[in-house]
Formats: sequence, structure tokens, C-alpha cells
Amino acid sequence: MTCLAPEALLSNEIVIVGGTIIDSTTTGTRADVLVRNGLVVEVSPSIAVPSGAQVLDAEGCVVSPGLVDIQVHFREPGREESETIETGSRAAALGGCTAVICMPNTDPPLDDATVVQAVIARGRSVGLVDLHPSGCITIGRKGEQLAPMGELYDLGVRIFTDDGDCVADARVMRRAFEYASALRGAVIAQHAEDPALVHGGHMHEGEWSSRLGIPGRPAAAEITIVARDLELARLTGGRYHVLHLSTAGAADLVRAAKQQGLRVTAECTPQHITLTDAACANYESTFKMNPPLRGEPDRAGVFAALVDGTIDAIATDHAPHAPETKAVPFEQAPPGMLGVETSLAVAMTQLVVPGHLTLQQLLARMSWQPATIAGLGSQQGRPVAVGEPANLCVIDPTTQWERHANESASKSRNDPWEGEKLTGRVRHTVLRGAATVINGVAQR
Amino acid sequence: MTKHLLSVDDLAGRDGIQRILDLSGSFLEVTQRDMPKVPALRAKTIVSLFYEDSTRTRLSFETAAKRLSADTMTFSVGTSSVKKGESLLDTVQTIEAMGIDAIVVRHGASGAPHQVAQWSNASVINAGDGRHEHPTQALLDAFTLRRHRGPSLDGLNMVIVGDIRNSRVARSDIKIFAALGVNLTLVGPPTLMPSSLEGWPVTMTSDLDSALNETDVVYLLRIQQERIGDALFPSLREYTSRWGLTADRANRLKPDALVMHPGPMNRGIEIADEVADSPRSLVTEQVANGVAVRMAVLYDLLGTGGPVV
Amino acid sequence: MTTAPPPLGASQPNPTLQNAGAVQPGVGHEFVSDATENLGGVVVLRSRVFDASALRRSITRIGHEIVERNYGAHEVVLVGLYSRGVELAQRLASSIQQVEGVLPQLGMLDVAFFRDDIGLRAVSPSGPTEVPDVTDKIVVLVDDVLFTGRTIRAALDAMQDLGRPRAVQLAVLVDRGHRELPIRADYVGKNLPTSLAEDVRVRLGEVDGGEDGVELWGPKEGLA
Repeated sequence: MTCLAPEALLSNEIVIVGGTIIDSTTTGTRADVLVRNGLVVEVSPSIAVPSGAQVLDAEGCVVSPGLVDIQVHFREPGREESETIETGSRAAALGGCTAVICMPNTDPPLDDATVVQAVIARGRSVGLVDLHPSGCITIGRKGEQLAPMGELYDLGVRIFTDDGDCVADARVMRRAFEYASALRGAVIAQHAEDPALVHGGHMHEGEWSSRLGIPGRPAAAEITIVARDLELARLTGGRYHVLHLSTAGAADLVRAAKQQGLRVTAECTPQHITLTDAACANYESTFKMNPPLRGEPDRAGVFAALVDGTIDAIATDHAPHAPETKAVPFEQAPPGMLGVETSLAVAMTQLVVPGHLTLQQLLARMSWQPATIAGLGSQQGRPVAVGEPANLCVIDPTTQWERHANESASKSRNDPWEGEKLTGRVRHTVLRGAATVINGVAQR
Repeated sequence: MTKHLLSVDDLAGRDGIQRILDLSGSFLEVTQRDMPKVPALRAKTIVSLFYEDSTRTRLSFETAAKRLSADTMTFSVGTSSVKKGESLLDTVQTIEAMGIDAIVVRHGASGAPHQVAQWSNASVINAGDGRHEHPTQALLDAFTLRRHRGPSLDGLNMVIVGDIRNSRVARSDIKIFAALGVNLTLVGPPTLMPSSLEGWPVTMTSDLDSALNETDVVYLLRIQQERIGDALFPSLREYTSRWGLTADRANRLKPDALVMHPGPMNRGIEIADEVADSPRSLVTEQVANGVAVRMAVLYDLLGTGGPVV
Repeated sequence: MTTAPPPLGASQPNPTLQNAGAVQPGVGHEFVSDATENLGGVVVLRSRVFDASALRRSITRIGHEIVERNYGAHEVVLVGLYSRGVELAQRLASSIQQVEGVLPQLGMLDVAFFRDDIGLRAVSPSGPTEVPDVTDKIVVLVDDVLFTGRTIRAALDAMQDLGRPRAVQLAVLVDRGHRELPIRADYVGKNLPTSLAEDVRVRLGEVDGGEDGVELWGPKEGLA
């Protein structure tokens, strides 16, 4: 797709000095990077800084392709009191992202070319991150009638989903797979929770839901939908992506499906590999999300699937909710947590620091693999090499810090990592040759 | 006790429970006087904030508060700004601004009193939250049973029958009776059992008749007719035939076995008329003891050595 | 240290002393009290106010005074305040019975819920209130130590809810002074001038175990 950058971002030269490059081709190469007119123009151990060029200090840091978060909710249009494309984009840039995929459950939903165009335009004018809308599978996300997928495709949409809701009707899902197969590079992404099984539920069904007296959403609701959808993908030859996979059972199904050669990918969130349903013990509505935080066996199963490569990507499901909407009893609170600003730090703390993944393996799951899933592989997640688009992220891998939600760029405060001690932090973000974040400060 | 009574867990185990039950005994004596009122909580203000209709529980708390000479205010959904869409947070902040000492909360959502406790400086008493807990009901149940089988309830066998999954009474009763050494068996259709019994000190069966043989106390829960529509059991007739305490079943109980029910009863469904009105039944006494137990809770939270301001 | 007899009870309203006498040394011995806040940590036995027989004689005298003042015991209701007042009322009743041949009516009163320091400290009830019909009777409240008068104030309020006696009188074993309310005893076993730092400890065998007695404890000189 074409995403023309605003002129303002194109002018300056930037030199990233003192860093070590990690990308899909190298696990660590010490080099300075010169960026000009949106492209990487020189990569070498020592670059003389041209006059007028901006210098970004990367001493002790990793220079990598920018992160790609393929599931965020920026709430615009319709819920601007929770987040806007501007505040969400800023949070994403601070989190190291150079591209995000916005989910279509806005109001009105992204089931119509006009709305999708408006979101794209707004994203461009903000210009802090490449913002790509996903499109609805069905009109109004009602699960009945197909949305104009071709029209949305022509606007650049590649991920189709009714996220927030599951496409429950197997016949509709089959038609979506079939129809989308005419759209090269399009993928059907499912919020896999059978609405009949999760009806009235507000958290994972198990020990804690029983104790707390909160109706549950069983793991089986996800597993049955993934199992069904995989068979439909097999039947239709369709491309399938599992959003925020949360159960060991679904991970096993995806693993087996990949071995059988089905065209399936999956993502998980930082929270599903870190937290369990025990986080809900005090009825803290921040920890309510769909699919819910699971029990320890599921958490461990998803974690293992992410480590072994069954799960291709980490996406945050960044879901802002205005404080007043979360300041209600757990059962009445909307589901969702913030995440786009903290995902790299949380993932590094959980996965890289303890040695489960190398930083390169983590970046694969947060940059070039999600870029490929979303059809952004020519622009995002590229190696840090001459001639490539300068979508970059500079990471301080050792710094330790404590998260405070009140410092967030998001409009909302439903942050599950409040007070969490994290290792690793984004220092600079460069979007098509212009710095969106310098030293942890958003430039606009 | 801690500052709040949100759950039986706040009673700090067996000793704490016994202490409140002892105190309840003192207040039962007060309620039986010609002048059943003491000035213990003069100048304290207690608000009942009821998001669900429960005249019985609300009156019981308000009577308890008045007999302690506290001032009471009622904030009930039907007559307040809650109806106009005011949020729970706003309501609590409004009440708080009036300068109050305790809020008695009944809410249809589990955990709502926990949130009220976070937002308020007053003591919060859970008068029933969703499917979670109803700690004062558990206290009055334990108090009532202790008057018949006490002071120690150690080793008694109790069967709790009905919709355990959706019952706040069951959750609180299980905690309190387990803490007091009672052996608990849960009985009912598997669709009405909790999805996980992890950490629950109970055994479970769906066969009521075998469970009744050795039992000292049968605790029947109210069966909600709505559950039929939710495919949880086929019909009331089938429920009664398998899990109702019929006169037949009651006749096979041990001679001194007791029957309890939190009310209101569905006579002829979970409990037969003859059983409800038999000498075994403690149902009326449970209600009567409610005021004394709630006086003990209010007194313990507000009257015994809180921080001196 | 001497052997440890059962603890003496502390006089109201000095609750921090409730457990202070867990070890009971002889005169001149000292020990570190839990009640360091009030007593500077070290309290010693200052004097024995009553031994068992003096205490018995004192009760007998009070019994005589009650009978004398009220022209017999027919209309008298002895109402003991928990916990030692209840026991003292019973002893007074037996003593009066020996003199008059009539056992006065007895009651016991728990004033916990009528106290004015609820909320400032833990106030727990001590036992059930059981008082016979007092209408037109002469109620004699019985307590062990009269100090600030606040317990008696609470008892007067509690009595008011129980009926309308013709008169209420007060009998105490020890009046240690320091009144904070306009209250005076009608019958006093012994007037005992004390300092606020001191503690009057009454022991009744039936309540506290051991031998009856009344002792005055106080901080060791120079340490108070």
C-alpha cells in the first residue's frame, strides 16, 4: 500500500551513533546508521556526522527495525474520550512502533470505505506511526452479511476481522475465507470466542471465577472456534490469523495446523503470557479483557507456543477505556487493557531477560513477522541496510524502570503494568527518516 | 475485624468468627429487653446503599443500626439518582461527602462492595454482592446453628443443596462453616455446581438421598426459576424429585437433624411445606437472629477502638 | 521472684492494666509491666489495702449500712456491675441475709454498650444483663473501685432503660478519688487516696482465683 509521509518528516538527515544493529539478518553488528530522505543511506562502524544532521545517541543500545503492533484500538471514530488516533499514535511511537493495525470496532465500525479512508487520512496527518486500518468481515460486525472487503482491500486493508466479536456463524466464516481468497495477501483474523459459550461471562472460567462468583468464559470457547476455523481454512484454502490467542489448547491446534501446511498465523499479547486470572482477585477491572486472562496452565502453554514459534507475533490489543468507564463493578466494566507503550519492555522482561528468547527472536515476533502477516513486509520490519526504508527503533536493553500509568501518552489509564518494574526501554523511534521519539520523548 | 466486612475472609478465621458470634449473643440479649436499644453507636451514621431490592436484609440492617442508636440513611435504587444513570463511583462520593461512618452495600455485581471500599473512607459492609458473598447471612446462620448445636460445631455434617454456582449465601456459608469445623457436602445438579472446587473445603455429589443419611444439618438454597430457561435443569418437578427436601426425605433424616434456608423459600420446590414448618426448621429463627448478628458486625466495625480522630 | 499466683484484676477504667499483673511479686519486688505507657515500665507493690478478712469485714459493714439506711432489705435490689461488682453483690446479699434473714433481690448489669469511650478503645461486653423488675425498688449499684465515675454514669443510663426505681444508690469497695463526673458513693469500703499513676487491684477468689485482697501498685520511686 502507499503511505506518503508528510513533507515535514522527510527533510533532515539523522545519524544514529554508537548502536548495535539487530534485524532479520544479524544478531548484532556494531554500526552507525545514516538516514536521509526517509531511507537508510549508510551503515558503517563510524560515520562522520554531516553538518546539520541530527544525532541520535545509541551508545549501549540496539538499533532495530521499528516495531509493528498488529492489534490496537485507537477508538477514533466514536470513542475519542478513551483514545484518539493522535494519542494512540503517540503512545505507539513511544513504544517503538513504526506501524500499527487499528481494529475495526470503532463507532461507526470500519465496514465502509468512507470510514476507512477517514481513519487512514487522520493517521497520516498525525504522522507519528504508519496507521493501517483493518476492515470488518461483516457489516456492523454483526456476523451476518459480508462487508465490502474488496473495496476496503483497494484502500490498503489486508487484515479483516470483526475483533471484539467472533464470527460465530460457520457458514459466514466459510464465505469470508472463500471471498478473501480473491484478495491477494488478505487474511481473515478471528477473535476466537464462541459467543454462546462465553455468554454472560466476564473472566476465565475456573478456580478464580468460582471463588469470585463471576460468570466464566471457558477456554473451550476459544479452542472450539479455532478448531472449526482451521477446518474451514483447510476447506477453503483461506489464510487465517488467530488474534490474541490465550489457551494452550488453541496453541496446540495452531501448531498441528502449521505442521500440516495450513496457512495459519497467530499472535498473543504480553498480558496473556505474563498474567493469570488471579490478577482479578480484587475485582480490579483493569484486568478484565476478552479473551480473559487464563489460568496458569494456559499462560504457560501460550508462553511456550510463543517461544517455540507456533505463535508468530506479539500484539498488544491496546484497548483504552476512559477511567469512568472502568470505575464500575467488574461485571459492568468494558474489557481491555493498555499495552502499546509497554509491550517491548514487558516482553523483554518476560522473555529476553530470563533467556527464553534472544532479542533478535523477540524482535522477529514484534517487527518483521507481524509486518509480514499484515502485508507490510516491503516497508516495515526491513533489515537496517542501505536503501531500506528508515523505520527504526533504538532500544536500551539494560535500563530498568518502573511503569507509571499517569505518565502514559494514552488518554486512558487502564494499564495492567502500573508499578511494574521493567527492563529495557525504547529510546528513539524513527519513522520514514524522521524521529518521532528522541530519548523517550515524543517529538509531537 | 478489618475495617470492612466484604467477605467471610475478613473475619480473620475461627477466632474472629467466634468473637463476632459471642458478641451477637450479647446483642441478642439486648434485643430481647423491653427497651431493646443501647447508645453504643450514637452519632455514627450508617447508610444502606441497595442496588437490589431486598427489603428483608435492608430492614434487618437498619433495625440493627437503630438499636445501636446510630443514624441511618437509605439510598435505594428506586428512589434515587441511581435511576438517572449516576455511576456507583459518583453515588459513593456523594454519600461520602455527607460524612458517614459505614455503608451497607447490596449490589447485583460480584465485587461491587470491594470497589466501594476503595473509594470510601467509611467502613463497608457487604450485604450481598452478585454471586460472590453474603457474609452477614453466614454469620447469622452460624449463630443460629451454634445456639442449637454449639458452642462447638466441630465435626458436624452439613449438606448444602441447590444452586451453589450462583449463590452468594453458599459461598459465605461454606467459608464460615468450614472455618468452624463443619464437614460440608454440596449437592445439586452438576449444572449448578461451581465450575471449579479448587480450594473449597467441601465434597460434592449429585445424589441427595445418600448425602442425607449421615447429615446433622440440611441447608437448602432458593432455586431460581429463571435457571430453567438457561438449560441448567429441565423442570421444577424434576428438580424437586431429585433435589427437593420432600416430607419423605425429611422423614429419613436423623431424628435431631436440622433444616435451614436463607429465605425466601419456594415452598413445594426446594422445601416441602411440612418440612418448612416442622420443629426441625430453623428458618424463622435465622431471620430473628439477623438483627443481633448485624448489631454485632456494626458494633465491631464502628465501636471498638478504631483510630482516634 | 516468688511463685506466681493468679493475676489481680485491674480497676476500671485503666484497660492497659488488664494483663499487667501476670506475675505477682511480693512487696518491694519489681517487674516490667506491659503498661509502660502509663507507669514508666516498672511498677511495684506499694501497699496491701485489704487482706481477705478485712475485705470480708468491709462487706459485712456495707451490708449493715444498706439495711440500716433502707429500713431493711425488702425493697432493695443489689445490681452488680461486671465483672467483680457481680460477685461483690452476691457476697453483700449473703451478708444481708445473715443479718436480716431475707435475701435481697440480685441483678447483674453490663454497661459496655453505654460507655462513653466506645470507639476510643475496644469495649467488649462482659456478660448478660439480668435485672429483676426495679419499678419502685431501691437499686444499689455495686462495683469494686470507684475512680472517674464514668462506669457509674454508664450504669445509670443502662438502669434507666430497665425501669424506674424509686432510688439508685452506689456501693463500692474502694473509692480511689479522681472523679471526672459529679458522682458520689453511698457506701464505701475504704477511701484510698491515690495518684493517677497508681493502680488499685482487686482480687476476688471466685472471679480471679487465689485469695481475696486489694492492693495498691505504683511506679518505682524515681522511675515514674
